Amino acid sequence: MNIGNLPFVVAALLVVFGLYTFLFKRNLIKLVIGISLIEIGVNLFLVTLGYRTGGISPIYTFAPEAQQMVLPTPQALTLTSIVIGLATTALLLSYAVFVHRHYGTLDVRKVKELKG
Amino acid sequence: MTALTLHAPVLLIAVPLLGAFAAPLVGKLGRGARNTLIGLIVLAVAGLAALLAIDVFGAGGVPTVYELGGGTFTFPLSGGQVPIRILLEVDGMGAFMGLITALIALTGAFFSFSYWKERSGGNLYFSLFLMLIAGIFGMVLTGDMFNFFVFLEITSIAAASMVGFRVWRKQSQEAGFKVMAMYTLSGLFVLLAIGLLYGQYGHLNMAALANSIQGSLTDMVALGLLLTGLAMKAGAVPMHMWAPDAYGEAPAPMSAVLVANSQASLYGLFRILFTLFGVTVSTTALGWILIVLALLTIFVGVTMALIQSDLKRLIAFGAVSQIGYMMLGVGVGLAVIATRPEYGLVAMQGGIFHMLNDAACVGLLFFASGVVIRAAGTRDLNQMGGLGHRMKWTSIFFAIGAVALAGVPPFNGFASKFLIYEASFKLSPFLAVVAVLSSIMLLAVFVKAFQAAFLGPRSNTSAHVSDPSLGMMIPMAALVLVIIVFGLFPGFFVDHIVTPAAKALWLGRDAYINAVLGG
Repeated sequence: MNIGNLPFVVAALLVVFGLYTFLFKRNLIKLVIGISLIEIGVNLFLVTLGYRTGGISPIYTFAPEAQQMVLPTPQALTLTSIVIGLATTALLLSYAVFVHRHYGTLDVRKVKELKG
Repeated sequence: MTALTLHAPVLLIAVPLLGAFAAPLVGKLGRGARNTLIGLIVLAVAGLAALLAIDVFGAGGVPTVYELGGGTFTFPLSGGQVPIRILLEVDGMGAFMGLITALIALTGAFFSFSYWKERSGGNLYFSLFLMLIAGIFGMVLTGDMFNFFVFLEITSIAAASMVGFRVWRKQSQEAGFKVMAMYTLSGLFVLLAIGLLYGQYGHLNMAALANSIQGSLTDMVALGLLLTGLAMKAGAVPMHMWAPDAYGEAPAPMSAVLVANSQASLYGLFRILFTLFGVTVSTTALGWILIVLALLTIFVGVTMALIQSDLKRLIAFGAVSQIGYMMLGVGVGLAVIATRPEYGLVAMQGGIFHMLNDAACVGLLFFASGVVIRAAGTRDLNQMGGLGHRMKWTSIFFAIGAVALAGVPPFNGFASKFLIYEASFKLSPFLAVVAVLSSIMLLAVFVKAFQAAFLGPRSNTSAHVSDPSLGMMIPMAALVLVIIVFGLFPGFFVDHIVTPAAKALWLGRDAYINAVLGG
């Protein structure tokens, strides 16, 4: 089935939603969700870049002749990016836990020891 | 060329990375064993960076391409394939950044041995330290866009973990969250831009990408994303909010490494502007964007430093402002690259030389601030005073670092800032005026800090302080030596390492591409 540019639109929407969440939400956990949304959008964009309609998986051994393959590089990039995303999200969430422990709140307007 | 020199680029990344994972294991044997391991690793890293620099600068800063395994590199590959192999490409600029990183790694590690002696968690501390060093080396030596992103994220994670390392301080947790959020966002911008470029040209290798780049609308979007992301990670105003928090809240030796990390992001930005895009885009407009960002960074950094009463945060804002001087020098160089007047290269030399000088001065100031804050038991300048009576050497070191950073002759900051003033004056006198005025304000800031911390009558807080142990004095003295030698003989260093580095960026785009693609 040909889905055309739909995945690109979805990826762009995810990035925009993520940016909106990151910029306008006040809760630390929601900021992390925003960052995760951007990350998912970027990952989806990378996978979509390499997708070829009707392509087969890029394994050369016993591959049928003259068959189009999906590009392997973006998939490798996406895997790396997902692993990195896991680490950053885990670190962000653990900081959120520690901020809550010290400040007793997750509201960014009340976590303001450092300014100016 | 010996095998060690041949493999130096990859060893510079592999050795600290190995050390990062070995540190917690060796730490089980005791602190002595761990410190020996870390000491050997940073010494090896410094030696390798020096070997690489001798090799690259000996050849006048021509790019050398390293393929994993050290095999000979031939292009074109058979059957018209794209160069998909993972390459490290080191030219004058990369080797120069390697020297800066090695200097900070060496002094930072040896300073940390004494600084972190009474604290727990030293194994994790040094693990993160080496991971950050490995990431910075990766960023400055790689010739591949995606690897650049991976190393960027390695530095992000290690740096943000260091900022919040002292979990018992509530401010450091706030700073840690902020830093990680900003770093992640900047990393995702860079990744999105890499995806856009890959989608168009099917290359990830910087040289191959630079060869085929057209300057289309999508390229402009990618350039905008890269500029925003990397300027954010370098701490340029208006995306600097995280920087003073990070420098201020990280343990003192790590603040110096964080500055080196910001400089590596700046290097990435310069590499992308000069080598990746170069003449395919409007360099004048881009140069002026960089100049405006630079002026904002200089001015906001210095004025914010004026009103600080927290010693570490004051130095942090000073460090932010210095990023602006590097951007100013390189921005002037980029703005005039199309016509290539003489002063363009001078501006580049100033901006690039200032990276090294800034690393030495800011590193020294952060080390000294760590010593002072620990001795006084407070970070508040209003509660310090009279520390100079008992801490003679520390106060001298602090004073040297401060005047050198503010650009007072005969120290190294003057040598690089003078080149920047001279060249930016030729482009527009206004730029030079802002730069000079900000330097004077920075001097005022540091005079205030010095007076508040070290001068004044002996007080209760200053009665029992003393200069730190030799373990901390020697790294500080080493940086002072760098500051003085670079200040007294700037000509030698400008000729032998700064000029090849500046030329590699300013004139070396074709050489960079040809080193990989042949021809």
